[in-house]
Amino acid sequence: MALDPTHLQLAIFLLIGIALPIVALSLGRVLRPHNPTPDKAITYESGVDPKGDSWVQFNVRYYLFALLFVIFDVEAVFLYPWAVSYDVLRSDVGLFILVEMLIFIFFLVLGLAYAWKKKVLEWE
Amino acid sequence: MNPWLVLGPVILLLIVLGFVTYAIFFERKVLGWIQGRIGPNRVGPWGLLQTVADVLKLLLKEDVTPKKADLALFKLAPALAFIPAFAILAVIPFTDTIQFADFAVGLLYYLALSSVTIIAILVGGWSSNNKYALLGGMRSAAQMISYEIPLVMSVVGIIMTVGSLNLNEIVEAQKEVWFIFPQAIGFVVFLIASISELNRTPFDLPEAESELVAGYHVEYSGFRFAFFMLTEYVYMFAMASLTTVLYLGGWNAPFGLTFIPPIVWFVLKFGFIVFFLIWLRGTFPRIRVDQLMQFAWKVLLPLALLNILVTALLKEVPFLGKFY
Repeated sequence: MALDPTHLQLAIFLLIGIALPIVALSLGRVLRPHNPTPDKAITYESGVDPKGDSWVQFNVRYYLFALLFVIFDVEAVFLYPWAVSYDVLRSDVGLFILVEMLIFIFFLVLGLAYAWKKKVLEWE
Repeated sequence: MNPWLVLGPVILLLIVLGFVTYAIFFERKVLGWIQGRIGPNRVGPWGLLQTVADVLKLLLKEDVTPKKADLALFKLAPALAFIPAFAILAVIPFTDTIQFADFAVGLLYYLALSSVTIIAILVGGWSSNNKYALLGGMRSAAQMISYEIPLVMSVVGIIMTVGSLNLNEIVEAQKEVWFIFPQAIGFVVFLIASISELNRTPFDLPEAESELVAGYHVEYSGFRFAFFMLTEYVYMFAMASLTTVLYLGGWNAPFGLTFIPPIVWFVLKFGFIVFFLIWLRGTFPRIRVDQLMQFAWKVLLPLALLNILVTALLKEVPFLGKFY
């Protein structure tokens, strides 16, 4: 399979993006001092000795936002191809294509309204 | 193989690094002027070498790693944040000739890849094993995913108008009218959401110095810290370019002033957006965290969805329909 120059270019950008941190950090390793002491390795907590671990349970609210995000991001996945072919489909089936998407969006907005009502979107 | 496939990106990387150096300097100068100060003026003529000195200093600083941190992830996070920031620049058409990958789904590529940085910030915050960093990282991720939705939805109007995800075709479609006018609602939503994606004032909660010390990068020092800062400013470059391409007509000249070369127009529009971002930082207070999350879901998302409906309906209106 012949490699499309466009895809090749994207890959080169990715490789250069990977190369810069490697080169810069390796160069830094030669230049910077390395003198670790136990005091330096303590987790910073405004000068107070930290108690316990930081890998603890956190607020469930973050999880709810993540869930909402997934729902609407998947909606976007459906919206993009629809938007690209909107004009083509409109000349084909008329405004039915809009109505179809409105029904889809309506159900998602219903979900958003439910979250709104349940005060999931509030942050205290 | 065409050597420009490699040389081009390397030159762009150097330009971007130069931009970052002077964007930071310019930001500090402008903020200084806004606040009635002089700003950096000691290193080099007019302080022009201030950021260069700062970068060199960071390069020579010890790389302190906390004992309790998850070392592998801790070291990976800054690189993981930077890689997509640079990779997305491939699809941006700067002018009709200066562009790298004329990718059919360029806009999607940009939006999809840029959200990888959210993971990097989360990884950085979590692997530090620091309470401030964890809170900063979680907040950052919550904010960025919340504003990702309106950002993604606000451009649907443009896609419907152009019928393509190719950024070149989107610019070509703006020969007559820039999308900032027919897509006014979308533009406002996009602009606000993009500022939030950039973690810039008034949405810079992840880095609220007064609440979280510094946010997800508390434990980072030296060049790893520099990579997080670099990522932020590379995204500023990318987002200002994308805003120019999507809403300000890209390299197209306004009022038929085509004797001025396209690259000048691009740089002018791009420069205005960058200045605008700094201007906002100088004049707006930081918003509260509860306002921040509500604003994305209760205001911006409904507006972005409304924009889709309005675009679809205006397509049906005679005379106006030709703009959509």
